[in-house]
Amino acid sequence: MVSVKLDKVSKYFGKVKAVDDVTLYIRDGEFVTLLGPSGCGKTTTLLMIAGIYKPTKGRIYFDDIDVTDIPPKDRNVGMVFQSYALYPHMTVYNNIAFPLKLKKLPKNEIDKKVREVAKLLKIDHLLDRKPSQLSGGQQQRVALARALVKEPDVLLLDEPLSNLDALLRVYMRAELKRLQKTLGITAIYVTHDQIEALSMSDRIVVMNNGRIQQTGTPDEIYSKPSNTFVASFIGTPPMNLIPCRVIDGKTLECLGFKYVFKDEIAEKILNEHKEVYFGIRPEDIVITNKDNGDAEATILVVEPIGKDLVITIQLEEEHTIKILAPPSINLKPGDKIYLKFKKEKIHLFDKKTGQRIEYIIKKGEE
Amino acid sequence: MPSLKNLPRKILPWIFLAPLLFMIILFWLVPVGLTVFLSFTNVTYKNFVKFVHGVEGAFNFTLENFHKLLGGDPYIGEIAKITLIYVGSVLAINAFYSLILSISIVYLVKNEYLSTFMRVVWLLPRITPAVVYGFLWIWLISPDTGPFYQFFASLGVAPGSWLLEKPYSQILMIVVNGYVGASFGMIIYTSAIKSIPEDLIRAAKVDGASDLQIIRSIILPLLKWPMLFVISWQTLSLIASYEQILILWGSYGATKAAGTTVFAIYAWFKAFEMGEYAYGATVSLVLVAIGIVLILLYFKIFGFHKLMQPSKIEV
Repeated sequence: MVSVKLDKVSKYFGKVKAVDDVTLYIRDGEFVTLLGPSGCGKTTTLLMIAGIYKPTKGRIYFDDIDVTDIPPKDRNVGMVFQSYALYPHMTVYNNIAFPLKLKKLPKNEIDKKVREVAKLLKIDHLLDRKPSQLSGGQQQRVALARALVKEPDVLLLDEPLSNLDALLRVYMRAELKRLQKTLGITAIYVTHDQIEALSMSDRIVVMNNGRIQQTGTPDEIYSKPSNTFVASFIGTPPMNLIPCRVIDGKTLECLGFKYVFKDEIAEKILNEHKEVYFGIRPEDIVITNKDNGDAEATILVVEPIGKDLVITIQLEEEHTIKILAPPSINLKPGDKIYLKFKKEKIHLFDKKTGQRIEYIIKKGEE
Repeated sequence: MPSLKNLPRKILPWIFLAPLLFMIILFWLVPVGLTVFLSFTNVTYKNFVKFVHGVEGAFNFTLENFHKLLGGDPYIGEIAKITLIYVGSVLAINAFYSLILSISIVYLVKNEYLSTFMRVVWLLPRITPAVVYGFLWIWLISPDTGPFYQFFASLGVAPGSWLLEKPYSQILMIVVNGYVGASFGMIIYTSAIKSIPEDLIRAAKVDGASDLQIIRSIILPLLKWPMLFVISWQTLSLIASYEQILILWGSYGATKAAGTTVFAIYAWFKAFEMGEYAYGATVSLVLVAIGIVLILLYFKIFGFHKLMQPSKIEV
């Protein structure tokens, strides 16, 4: 197993900057997810680590070895593709054995390793079949077996679960994580699915437009998004971002309500920012009575999703936000409600730069 | 009485097919019927006019042509040998050399412009009219000015005439037809290679394969069906092809001297140069028979039903 370091890595396709100045350190045995929307450069980054693409700028290291100019075959990486990329003319056995045959291992050793990994992934009864005779889930396991059989230093996974049905996906998430921890292998996982990223990763790297937006643990990414992109990309429904003007050291004038802080943080906001986004997650807003309410709103839509209700509400003309409420609550469109924002869960972002404004809530301040 | 509503539905496909069916009947079925008919007669230039005008007793039905073909004609053995060399060699260029070329162009040459340029170079003879292409070769091999001649002369290969001296004339016949034919295989192969999903190649690279190993273990097995198609198609076309030989050598005497008389052109010369219509028809009938036998053989070896299945190049 190795650590992986990307040092100011960029990849340009003509004028398009697919990956732009990415610096990243992945520890030995760590499970890191590259998360972002389509076209954000996450797969390109993975293909550069695999050696399929050569970076336009920057270097890539496995431990202390510069692998930037080393072809994929000499990097000892294993990769699972979104399409699985199983060789259609080979049986499952030969698909898994292919990397070992290329290494010119003795036949009996190949046989032993193939059967071991097949057993580990519970596909030992499928070895004689062709890929076309397998279900999606089985194909995915074969692809994983082929990546693992060569005992790679780094395991690369490019959206491996996105072609599976919802139930199997939930099952395979846990299975993959268990496998990675058991084998202690360094894993780099690419996905656009935040649930996969949050549930499986040791650390998440959020990317957009070829650049890293934030690197952190799932908890850090969720509870301390470093900018408005991360805030609005993570969470279902995502964080509400309400535009506000800074009136004085204590007061924000937001769409539909005024919000008054206690004085500790006020000066910083006043001094450095004129306009901000007031960020609050749907689950951090509670419905309350008129006296305790921070803001007044009208209900537009009520969507039951099982354990919660997702309620779309209107603060002021045209500006809507979403909140989560327990299903026991009886509300219908048109109702007027009062909202209380959980003080310690409020996020502030500069409106111009989108960057997070750090501030500390003192205890007892409410 | 069929309802008016249903009638057009039944007729419609036939209306669409009619022009094609008409062409097939006129230019394929009728000539084949005539060829079969003629091969069992003694029609030559001597009784041709009477035969055309339907004069009674102008010709006889006879098996003489077949006797001649199977024993009486002293040149048949040599012609069979030349045909075998011709079909075998040109097929090697068209089916196998074009495969190497396609893999080089699509897979090994990463530069898109260079790859397109190379494809166009090999397509040139295909888009050039056959007569122009033929005369181009006559110029290329002329001892005074031809660059092809000069190039080989500089290497010490300087026959008196590429056209008439064996085996140079036969090499010329193979090269001329190989160059024009390779583009067919190339079009099939390059599109087949391009249809192999990029991920398969990437997966093989990550699995540790070199370029050669990828070609051997991934690309070639996936090209099995296109290869079988090209081999079958080219064999059948080559057996019946004679245009370039006719353009370059022009007469039976010339092809005989040059050792380039293949079956197809022998049939042509017999019928249209020497006026032995019936015998020419017999030679071409034998070619049709060989063609049909080969088609059946290919279907048997390659499994026709498998060829008809959807593409195997899928993930």
